[in-house]
Amino acid sequence: MAETVFYILAACTVVSALGCISARNPVASVMWLVSAMFGLAGIYLLHGAEFIAVIQVLVYAGAIMVLFLFVIMLLNIGDGPADLRAPPMRVVGLAVGAVLLLELVALGRYSAGRIAVEADPLGSTALSSPTAAFPGAAQALAGTAERGVVGGIAESLFTTYLVPFEITSVLLLAAAVGAVVLAKRKI
Amino acid sequence: MPLGPSLVLSAVLFSIGVVGVLVRRNVIVLFMCVELMLNAVNLSFVALSQVHGFGGQVMVFFVMAVAAAEAAVGLAIILAIFRHTRSVDLKSINLLHG
Amino acid sequence: MTFSVLAGLAPLLAQATGGAEAAAPASSGGVVSAIGMAVLLPFLGFLVNGALALWRPDAKRIVSMVGPAVLVGSFVIAILVFLEVRSAPHAGPILVHYWDWMTVGTLELALQFQVDQLSVVMMLVITGIGSLIHIFSVGYMRADPGYARYFSYLNLFVAFMLILVLGSNLPVLFIGWEGVGLCSYLLIGFWYQDKANADAGKKAFIVNRIGDFGVLVAMFTLWWSLGTLEFSEIAELAPTGLVVGGGIVTLITMALFVGCTGKSAQIPLYTWLPDAMAGPTPVSALIHAATMVTAGVYLVARTSVLFAMAPTTSMVVAGIGALTAVFAATIGLRQYDIKKVLAYSTVSQLGYMFLAVGTGAYVAGVFHLVTHAFFKALLFLGSGSVIHAMHHALHATHSPADPQDMRNMGGLKRYLPWTYGLMMIATLAIAGIPIFSGFFSKDEILAFAFSRAAEAPIWYLFWGMGLAAALMTAFYMARLMSMTFLGQNRTGQAEQEHLHEAPWIMTGPLLVLGVLSLAGGLLNLPGFIPGLPHHLLDTWLEPVLEPALRFAALDLPHGATEAMLIAGAVFIAVAGLAWGFRSTGRAALVAAGEAPDERGLWRVIYHKYYIDELYHAVVVRPLVGLSRIVLWKGVDKGLIDGLMVHGSAATARGLGWLGSRLQTGQVGVYVLTFLLGAVWLLRAMTR
Repeated sequence: MAETVFYILAACTVVSALGCISARNPVASVMWLVSAMFGLAGIYLLHGAEFIAVIQVLVYAGAIMVLFLFVIMLLNIGDGPADLRAPPMRVVGLAVGAVLLLELVALGRYSAGRIAVEADPLGSTALSSPTAAFPGAAQALAGTAERGVVGGIAESLFTTYLVPFEITSVLLLAAAVGAVVLAKRKI
Repeated sequence: MPLGPSLVLSAVLFSIGVVGVLVRRNVIVLFMCVELMLNAVNLSFVALSQVHGFGGQVMVFFVMAVAAAEAAVGLAIILAIFRHTRSVDLKSINLLHG
Repeated sequence: MTFSVLAGLAPLLAQATGGAEAAAPASSGGVVSAIGMAVLLPFLGFLVNGALALWRPDAKRIVSMVGPAVLVGSFVIAILVFLEVRSAPHAGPILVHYWDWMTVGTLELALQFQVDQLSVVMMLVITGIGSLIHIFSVGYMRADPGYARYFSYLNLFVAFMLILVLGSNLPVLFIGWEGVGLCSYLLIGFWYQDKANADAGKKAFIVNRIGDFGVLVAMFTLWWSLGTLEFSEIAELAPTGLVVGGGIVTLITMALFVGCTGKSAQIPLYTWLPDAMAGPTPVSALIHAATMVTAGVYLVARTSVLFAMAPTTSMVVAGIGALTAVFAATIGLRQYDIKKVLAYSTVSQLGYMFLAVGTGAYVAGVFHLVTHAFFKALLFLGSGSVIHAMHHALHATHSPADPQDMRNMGGLKRYLPWTYGLMMIATLAIAGIPIFSGFFSKDEILAFAFSRAAEAPIWYLFWGMGLAAALMTAFYMARLMSMTFLGQNRTGQAEQEHLHEAPWIMTGPLLVLGVLSLAGGLLNLPGFIPGLPHHLLDTWLEPVLEPALRFAALDLPHGATEAMLIAGAVFIAVAGLAWGFRSTGRAALVAAGEAPDERGLWRVIYHKYYIDELYHAVVVRPLVGLSRIVLWKGVDKGLIDGLMVHGSAATARGLGWLGSRLQTGQVGVYVLTFLLGAVWLLRAMTR
């Protein structure tokens, strides 16, 4: 059941991504990307990362994409005559993308296989149930029944990763200041 | 929840993002394709957090925060450039040619 | 080369008078260890006169004293050394070691002098005649602004020549060999402001260099085959170490002979000697008559053991000597410049010397070397007197006529009686009239050639050529004397008042040389004259030539054959002289300006058979063309300048341009590059 849903969502995401990169109108591009993000949010849910799924929708789709829309409308860009680059570049782009895909898949197989081998050198554990290979992770995930996923993330975030958390907040402040400064007409 | 297909999906989305970066002429759409790539990576992290614990999801948290900051600043830059060159065509940003 | 020599001679200053160890089979006296002084004195003269030439060129007084004085000093040392060697004739060569020059692997070269009978003879000739010529030069060059420079070069020449004859191994000899070539260049081109003189100097040096290559090849081959370059060791090792008549010894001797053809002006490398007459006349007397050109004959005599072991080469040597003797004599028949006649005469007489050593008559060759030095120096210095007088006369009347052209002379007997008399003695000597020195030496050579012919008939040809050359020698010398001193004077009425005999400082040396030309035959009289000591030189040089004579001993003809040969030679000499005097006396000679152009065969002879032009077309032009087109334009400008220098600059610029193409300033390109790099990295990780 979960698998079917996954494949449906995956298909939607991929179609949306393709639409995003090929849409002529920038606003249409934004909408396609939003759709892709929704699909991804669904997949996050399937993975049991509820918190992340929700923030994805709230922050990414809801704030960042809206920011994009604001800028597009501010600049008042309509349809470009030919919004894709010259044909040679298109061929090169597709080629690079294809090669990259192949490499990443190969990498993925390699690392997944290694995980399986590390977990069970005798090779009975299939790729599809990695949770069985890492009892510790399974236990941590099992603890979510009490605290929920948010609790789990919070624990990591405010203890182990506290410093990066604080720095990220400073970063956001800097970004905000920077964006204001850059966008002013006269400094 | 199967790990493999998620990773493959992540790779596919990433590649699509790469193609988009190379093929599009509009700077803002280019930026969006970069966001797509970031999302693909997020998916990777989330998928692997099943195996490795909450560290993956914390990563995604940070990635999103930084992506937000980056989007803000990047779009501000695009605005500034637009004021100079009056277009969002990639070709018009070539003042650093040598 | 000059540098290394100068650097090499510096320690001589410290060691010459006492520090030198004399290594010898016999004990050597203090005199021989002072042999270094004999070389050092002229060298000091060079330094002093050179310094004066640079900073006080008008201090002629000092130069007049220093220049000849160092030579006389060397001559005194030479006499003392001669007495020393005479007291112990069979003691073997005395080696005076100065310092180790090079020790590389098994090669051990030392700067070492070898004092034996042969080097003593050469030393006496060089310093003795050298002193006379220096004294003559004091008068001759008095008015020249380059007076000090002249004497410094002349002194340096003597120093190098002494190194050449005193060297105990080939490299030291070669130092002297090159050094005299250098000084010859400097002195021929002494009046370098006239380009023709500078060109003549260059020609001499370059043609000599071609020969030097032969000497180098010989040195290398000798080292490779025998492992030594010391003359005494060669004399010991060669008879057993090399195959008689074999390829190696033939190669060595042929290569040495190539060097001799260059230095001693034989065919084919003789062309520089006539041009060398562009230098001052005393230079021609010293360098191109008495000393430098005889270096080749000395070299053959010194390495006589090798030549005696190579009959093929010896035949070539004799053949070329004979051919050169005849060839040069024919050219001398029709030259009008007095010095040119003497130059070709020198080439011809050198041919006689090589005929002698090629025949195996090494003593005869050295004998002729000595007597030739006497009478040729006398002839040159005498002509110097004549030219001095002519120059003075023509200069006084501002006439543009050539003072050296015999057609402008005539009847000078009246004005230069001493010069006339002494030059006549030299003429009789060179023609081979009995009693005079040239008769004995030339006759000995022809006699040896004739006796060699009994084993190898080709020597009859050489002997015949020698006779022909003798006839022509007598003829052109008589012609020279006749055109210069006899008959009517053609210089001009106004000039005649200014013609006068040379001052005593010039005529004095002529006198001494005259006596020597007359009495020089005493050095090696043949056995049939009763009462007088005979074969002095033979006995003297026997210890040196003994290894060679083992291979190529030769007997002089005796009895009837001997008498016939002598009679024949005398007849030819007298006939030649008579014919020469008569043919020029009869014809109405005209001054150079009005003389008709030569025609036919005479024209070819006058233009020296166009050999110079031939060399120019066959050797010089292709070489210059090769240098200019292939080496200069092709290699130097094209390859080195173009490809390497400009090419590397262009490559750098090109690479830079390529690099600049990356900086398009376009974000899209940057992104592409970025991603390509990422793809490449990932590829590495998937391996």
